[in-house]
Amino acid sequence: MNFLRKYIDKIKPNFQEGGKLKMFHSTFDAFETFLFVPNDVTKKGSHIRDSIDLKRTMIFVVIALVPALLFGIYNVGYQHFLSHGESVGFWQMFFYGFMKVLPIIVVSYVVSLTIEFAAAQIKGHPLNEGVLVTGILIPMIMPPDIPLWMVAVATAFSIIFAKEVFGGTGMNFLNPALVARAFIFFAYPSAISGDKVWIAEKADAFSGATSLAQASAHEFDKIASVQDLMIGFVPGSIGETSKIAILIGAVFLVFVGVGSLRIILSSIVGLLSTALLFNVIGLNPYMDMPFYYHLLFGGFLFGAVFMATDPVSASQTAKGKIIYGFLIGVITVLIRVVNPAYPEGTMLAILLMNVFAPLIDYYVVDANVKRRLKRVKVSNN
Amino acid sequence: MTKIVKIKKGLDIKLKGKSRKDIGDIAVKSGDLYAMKPIDFAGVIPKLLVKEEESVKKGTPLFYSKSNPEIVFCSPVSGSVKAVVRGDKRLLLEVVVEADGAQESVDVENIGDAMKKEEFKNLLLKYGFWPAIRQRPFNIIASPEDSPKAIFISGFDSAPLAPDFEYVFKNRIELIQKAIDSIALLTDGKVYLSLHNKHNGENSIFKTLKNVEINYFEGPHPSGNIGTQIHHLDPINIGETAWFISLFDLLNIGRLLEEKKLSYDKVITLSGAEFNDPKYYNASSGVSLSSIEQFENAQSVRTISGNVLSGRQISDKGFLGFYDYSFTAIPEGDYYEFMGWIMPGFKKFSVSRTFFSWLMPKREYNLDTNMHGELRNFVVTGQYEKVFPWDIMPQQLIKAMIVRDYDMMQNLGILEVAEEDFALCEVICTSKNELQDIVRNSITDYIKEMV
Repeated sequence: MNFLRKYIDKIKPNFQEGGKLKMFHSTFDAFETFLFVPNDVTKKGSHIRDSIDLKRTMIFVVIALVPALLFGIYNVGYQHFLSHGESVGFWQMFFYGFMKVLPIIVVSYVVSLTIEFAAAQIKGHPLNEGVLVTGILIPMIMPPDIPLWMVAVATAFSIIFAKEVFGGTGMNFLNPALVARAFIFFAYPSAISGDKVWIAEKADAFSGATSLAQASAHEFDKIASVQDLMIGFVPGSIGETSKIAILIGAVFLVFVGVGSLRIILSSIVGLLSTALLFNVIGLNPYMDMPFYYHLLFGGFLFGAVFMATDPVSASQTAKGKIIYGFLIGVITVLIRVVNPAYPEGTMLAILLMNVFAPLIDYYVVDANVKRRLKRVKVSNN
Repeated sequence: MTKIVKIKKGLDIKLKGKSRKDIGDIAVKSGDLYAMKPIDFAGVIPKLLVKEEESVKKGTPLFYSKSNPEIVFCSPVSGSVKAVVRGDKRLLLEVVVEADGAQESVDVENIGDAMKKEEFKNLLLKYGFWPAIRQRPFNIIASPEDSPKAIFISGFDSAPLAPDFEYVFKNRIELIQKAIDSIALLTDGKVYLSLHNKHNGENSIFKTLKNVEINYFEGPHPSGNIGTQIHHLDPINIGETAWFISLFDLLNIGRLLEEKKLSYDKVITLSGAEFNDPKYYNASSGVSLSSIEQFENAQSVRTISGNVLSGRQISDKGFLGFYDYSFTAIPEGDYYEFMGWIMPGFKKFSVSRTFFSWLMPKREYNLDTNMHGELRNFVVTGQYEKVFPWDIMPQQLIKAMIVRDYDMMQNLGILEVAEEDFALCEVICTSKNELQDIVRNSITDYIKEMV
């Protein structure tokens, strides 16, 4: 790679102080550091450093998303041909899905990266790697038939107003990908809710209702088998359907030390215990539904693994993470079962808890402060 | 009452270049350079007592602390002042003494066998041993007027490539005992000595020491940091002070008391992969690295006074810091790495498992000084906690420091910590924040604002 390095070193002066293209230094910087980890050495403090950086961390989240994405692409094709009653081969289904999903990914990345580059340029800070994850998360939580312009508008809205205005990755208090989805959810509800949008170019006669909608309507006999729910052969947002693929990603994330096991587990516990509680109360058939169905339905698992765990918008303290995750599970079930308007509650539950995360942390930190002050009293006695 | 403190959070970084157990001698020869470095003493504004070319004896004060003129800093060798090195804003960096090899020392007055507290204090102040006593909060030289609630001594060093104290202080226990007996005069509380189940082992030579409370630690670095030990044995609350001193300085105080001779010698180590033969040496305080090892290509080597975690970078001709007892040399890391964010990394050190090196947990690394990434906002949470065995929230404390919220800093524990306690957090920080710098600057500002 020496020739590449030499070329970069040759053109680098143009982008530095006094160079003709100085104004693009942030963009140049982004590409240079993408190709080569810089030659910076430690100047203060510890002389050695861990090999990990934020680029690698973010890339590993993207890698963890790959199984769910690949299955999602296949499932888009599978559901489409199923609704038309056609039986075609694996590759044809995959290709159909690919042609549906690829444009959404391209739009999401082009819009988010453009804004990110522009923001980095204007503010003179380096490119934030968080956009790599946001750019792939947004397509995966969209229905396959979402109009591309909506993806573009929603992405732009979330990157600008949920992230850049606060100072970029690390300073935002809401998960940007969920803000993009919430934007469409409230601005263009018909494009992202109802029974018609979850299967790409669905045949009119075919019911495209998600399991959550069916449960909401108390049509429990129509709900797909547990096996199909696990593997993901159900209609839904592109990346959310296959619980197995999501779990593979979850295990990977936790194993490499990037994902927070605390948040994932506590949110699942919160979800299941609330569902169990409803089983006990049992006021209507939805409450009586087997509790574990909540885990298999909709986008909960995807949200818990990939969005609730976003370290920036989640609680930052160890105890806070457990409370935060648990409440996400609780609120998800509450919205699903008790609220008649929205069949799915994951998105709103996570966004709500994003808002409350700093409050939770405040009390956890305060408890630490009080415990440490108590030490004085004990030692004085 | 002896306690066993188990440290679970922490990290032992295995590095290549461990010091071989053989002690060489670095005699003070005519023409060799030695130095005292005022920058070793946080918070001290030095006032010079000597001029260039002036001749000094071993034990002649070179400078004193402006805020407390009693505290003087003495020349470790006899000879003449070769240079007074200043940096930006005339900051005094080094007072360099060229040795004459005679090692003539200042007169040591009569030292009685049963000294009182004040006599002993004056002795330490006069011969430059007082700066060896430091205090928490703030990790600064103790104030002679204070009465600390306890005095702490660490019987081991858990940092990477640290010397084996059992080896260094073998056959020196009686001198150390002598010093401990006197040091105990300085506090109404206890003197604590901490040992480690692995670093010191079952048959520790320090077990026979009396007049101290011995406690045992288990687990990885930072179990050997004095801050960790104070926190777990007798934590500092608002208004309290604890002092600490190293075994190296105690030994010299013991020599002064027992042999009535001035000694500023220590057993130091060379360690790190860049040394040809890393081993132990008898040397005097302030010794120059160039007296021991010459580097052919000094540009490619990072030379450090102290350890890789919290030592100070020096030139290849630099001097040993006052509180340090090792020189470390590791490769500089000023290279580019192609697509480092995706390469499998079988030989990359990381506490995460994002590199395949997790397959080889016992590997000894030859780590260089590359940053492996660029500075970013805080993103990842919960990582510092894994290497920070305190009832203190590291990330929240650092954030309070960054936003300069002094009340919050105090509530979250700034009075207990020092920069070295955040060294491991700094090593593993994904966002590459300079934590030790943040902590030291915050302590300095805190003293200005609140004390």
